[in-house]
Amino acid sequence: MKEFAYVRAGSVEEATTAYASHPGARYLAGGTNLVDLMKLGVETPAALVDVTRLPLDAVEELPDGGLRIGATVRNSDLAAHPLVRDRYPALSQAVLAGASGQLRNAATTGGNLLQRTRCPYFQDLSKPCNKREPGSGCGARDGVHRDHAVLGHSAHCIATHPSDMAVALAALDGRVELSGPDGARSVAAADFHRLPGDRPERDTEIRPGELITGVVLPAATAGLPSAYRKARDRASYAFALASVAVVLRLRDGVTDRVAIAFGALAHRPWRARRAEEALTGAAPTAAAFEHAVDLELSAARPLRDNGYKVPLARNLAVDVLSRLTDTALGRRAS
Amino acid sequence: MTGTTGAPAERREGREKVGGTARYAAEFPLPGRVQAWPVPAAVARGRVTGIDTAAALAVPGVLDVLTHENAPRLAEPDDATLAVLQDPRVPHRGWFVALVVAETLEAARAGAAAVRVGYEAGKHDVVLTPSHPGLYVPEEASAGQPGVREQGDPDGAFENSAVRVDVAYRVPPLHNHPMEPHASTARWEDGRLLVHTSSQGAHTVRAVLAGLFGLPEERIVVTAEHVGGGFGSKGTPRPDVVLAAMAARHTGRPVTVAFPRRYLPAVVGHRAPTLHRLRLGADADGRLSCLTHEVTTHTSRVKEFVEHAAVPARIMYAAPHRRTLHRVAALDVPSPSWMRAPGEAPGMYALESAVDELAGELGMDPIELRVRNEPDVEPDSGRPFSSRHLAECLREGARRFGWDRRDPRPRSRRDGPLLLGTGVAAATYPVLVGPSTAEARALSDGTFAVRTDATDIGTGARTVLAQVAADALEVPLERVRIEVGSTELPSAPLAGGSSGTASWGWAVHEACARLTHRLAGHTGPLPLQGIDAHADTTGTADAESAYARHAFGAHFAEVAVDTASGEVRVARLLGVYAAGRILNARTARSQFVGGMTMGLGMALTEGSTMDAAFGDFVESDLASYHVPVHADVAEIEAHWLDEDDSRLNPMGSKGIGEIGIVGTAAAIGNAVHHATGVRFRELPLTPDRVLAGLPARGTS
Repeated sequence: MKEFAYVRAGSVEEATTAYASHPGARYLAGGTNLVDLMKLGVETPAALVDVTRLPLDAVEELPDGGLRIGATVRNSDLAAHPLVRDRYPALSQAVLAGASGQLRNAATTGGNLLQRTRCPYFQDLSKPCNKREPGSGCGARDGVHRDHAVLGHSAHCIATHPSDMAVALAALDGRVELSGPDGARSVAAADFHRLPGDRPERDTEIRPGELITGVVLPAATAGLPSAYRKARDRASYAFALASVAVVLRLRDGVTDRVAIAFGALAHRPWRARRAEEALTGAAPTAAAFEHAVDLELSAARPLRDNGYKVPLARNLAVDVLSRLTDTALGRRAS
Repeated sequence: MTGTTGAPAERREGREKVGGTARYAAEFPLPGRVQAWPVPAAVARGRVTGIDTAAALAVPGVLDVLTHENAPRLAEPDDATLAVLQDPRVPHRGWFVALVVAETLEAARAGAAAVRVGYEAGKHDVVLTPSHPGLYVPEEASAGQPGVREQGDPDGAFENSAVRVDVAYRVPPLHNHPMEPHASTARWEDGRLLVHTSSQGAHTVRAVLAGLFGLPEERIVVTAEHVGGGFGSKGTPRPDVVLAAMAARHTGRPVTVAFPRRYLPAVVGHRAPTLHRLRLGADADGRLSCLTHEVTTHTSRVKEFVEHAAVPARIMYAAPHRRTLHRVAALDVPSPSWMRAPGEAPGMYALESAVDELAGELGMDPIELRVRNEPDVEPDSGRPFSSRHLAECLREGARRFGWDRRDPRPRSRRDGPLLLGTGVAAATYPVLVGPSTAEARALSDGTFAVRTDATDIGTGARTVLAQVAADALEVPLERVRIEVGSTELPSAPLAGGSSGTASWGWAVHEACARLTHRLAGHTGPLPLQGIDAHADTTGTADAESAYARHAFGAHFAEVAVDTASGEVRVARLLGVYAAGRILNARTARSQFVGGMTMGLGMALTEGSTMDAAFGDFVESDLASYHVPVHADVAEIEAHWLDEDDSRLNPMGSKGIGEIGIVGTAAAIGNAVHHATGVRFRELPLTPDRVLAGLPARGTS
């Protein structure tokens, strides 16, 4: 087997230093994706820097009313946290919609963001994949791609990002906090993942050596009505065919603040800015929702076998928007 | 009978399995045992032109690399999928071209990754179509069934029928995926071959190994003590046991070959995709005049295996004019093989869906339509049924399910975005039984030892055989000890075709009855070695029956179809069976419910895609090949009728391992039609398909 070094870090600085001193290193948290990929030979790290013991396992309330979720907070704990459930229900729902109970017990907040695509060509070393091996080609484009992207894909890559959690974070205006050789910084969750372009091997905006230390949920979206809806092939333990996270606030009979993020449609959570723009200030009617979502999805470029994702995503978004509106207006959900 | 059979006795090996002390084939750490990892072909058709093993041999811990150039020669097997590493031909992607043997699993895997294989690749053909030029009508489909049967003038009768249904259905490739992937541990000792393998029948494995390695059977011992499921994919030996024996001979060390999950779809068999065309013609009262079921499927270049999906139409319904036909094309695909209810599962999905369509055309209740077409004798053979209580199953199911409250109009129930519907389908599975031997011994401590090479693949075979023995011996269950799972025991057939309990139980019953008789004539204390009796049911169990013998059942399903997402969820699933005497209420229920759950998977979640460019099944792990999870199975119930059939075996039992899957998919599909008003004719009913079939949700 390919041998690798194992380093258990006790602090963020120790972790980033260890990473820097081991070329080809990977950070190891829950390992629910990385270890699988190592078994498949997709990931061949020279060293694993174990970050599970870092003091990043707390959910803390910030003075302004936001929340900081430590990078090593387990998905189960995140979903069950009373403040998360209470103030950011879409996030709790999204995390619970992912994986299985056992996996959520192991998987961490930071690791969830950094999981790789589930594209079968990416996982199979005997087939071409530009993400795994730049320049080798894309097996999925003319192959089996029912689960692949309809938005923002490129000639080089049609993969989607599999995270449910990241979709909710994008809608809730979360920020990803990073620490690296050049210090600490943060990136909007909606911009953290990239579109593939001609560099599909890069999933995120993370820089070499940077470590995710946490995710901040802003006070601005705390307590706003939000919800997550996911369509999948079976009732649990399946990746999304399409999903949507919605944050919606009505005021004086119009949409005052709205955020919509789609999952499983693109290489990153797809923040639906055009739809949001169309809805802001408008009356929250089904027709307005449909019009706005259609406007957003008019950018979709489905492939041979994944055209269903467009109406699916549309229906999910319209339904969640309608449901949140009904709840806000005290109407019984239809 | 003292009444031990039928009782819900607990699994005898349950504690070992739950506690982790039950050992499976890969878990025998014999001294010096090494591991082997196979190298799958990376082309779909062609030949190996060269194998560079230098890098693999340089991996620390790697002992040797077997290829077609240096592997032990095998005699030509009946099952050509076992002719591994014998020649450079690559008949499909995933076919093994090398085997790396190493001190550790990790080294073997790394070695396998380092083997460089050169190929001369040919143009491959892996996509089955209804008009594929390679299609032909085979003489026989699987299970020895005739490839084609015809009575009367089905085409003419169809043209002249008052009510007609002419429909096509599709079932995708399906995979057995037992919990325990295929694994074997082999060693050679003084010219004897000793094997632990995960198989549905140790004696079957032994016979095949004897042929391949040119050994007398007495010099081979095969054990299959605990087996983590097989669903047909372990019915006959698979390459793991052959590779393990070859590598052990080649290296002189005990060798374990445990296939990774991802390799299974290519090398252990799959249920081949089936394309169905059905034509049903009836009079206005719903009496069938003609029934045509034509099945198109694929096989591999290695061997002909024809999923006999048109066969149930020879059994189910009375119709004077009939044609049941199979067509098959040999493609550059992995070899298909047995999977739970081969033939019946896909065949009854299509037939029972078409019958539901006919009921719709007639405006008739689908249960009444089925009852109206109940045959007096088996339609194809003309033989009388030993027992047939399909109508009773349908009626009892209807009563339990609340069928009479159903509004027959499609799309008549709604709950917000959910469309609700119910459906029904019939099930059938043949009664199969084979000759077996068994031994029973009365011991001086008052216990009884019963021995036979039955295999417990998770069904509870040990438990039910002990019950059969206790009844025949007229002693309490706890005084019976049972030993199964080794060729050191009296020979017995494999656990397959729902025939195990009938076959083994017959021999156990006979041995125990003889022993009872001998004990009755014995006076005084037992001798030290006890008193024993043997049975061999050859000539009786396999005697031709004058009767058509089948189990029957009825499945009912209630579904909710989400009009936003196209997701289908099953709220209720009910099965009612007429399967002779049920010998253990607990393990029988488990088998019925397990079969129904697998049928739910077939209906909604399971299926793989053949990658036309690469020639393999894309969904090859359990994250992408979706078997149902707990959340998919809401309310599920299995019941059975007390069926008394004296024309079966001494226990009066029919097989129950497979009928649960048969008809479940059709019941769910029919419920989806009832819910939505749309007839979906391709499985599985995943959200993409369902959403595409539902009327688009327009702007409101």
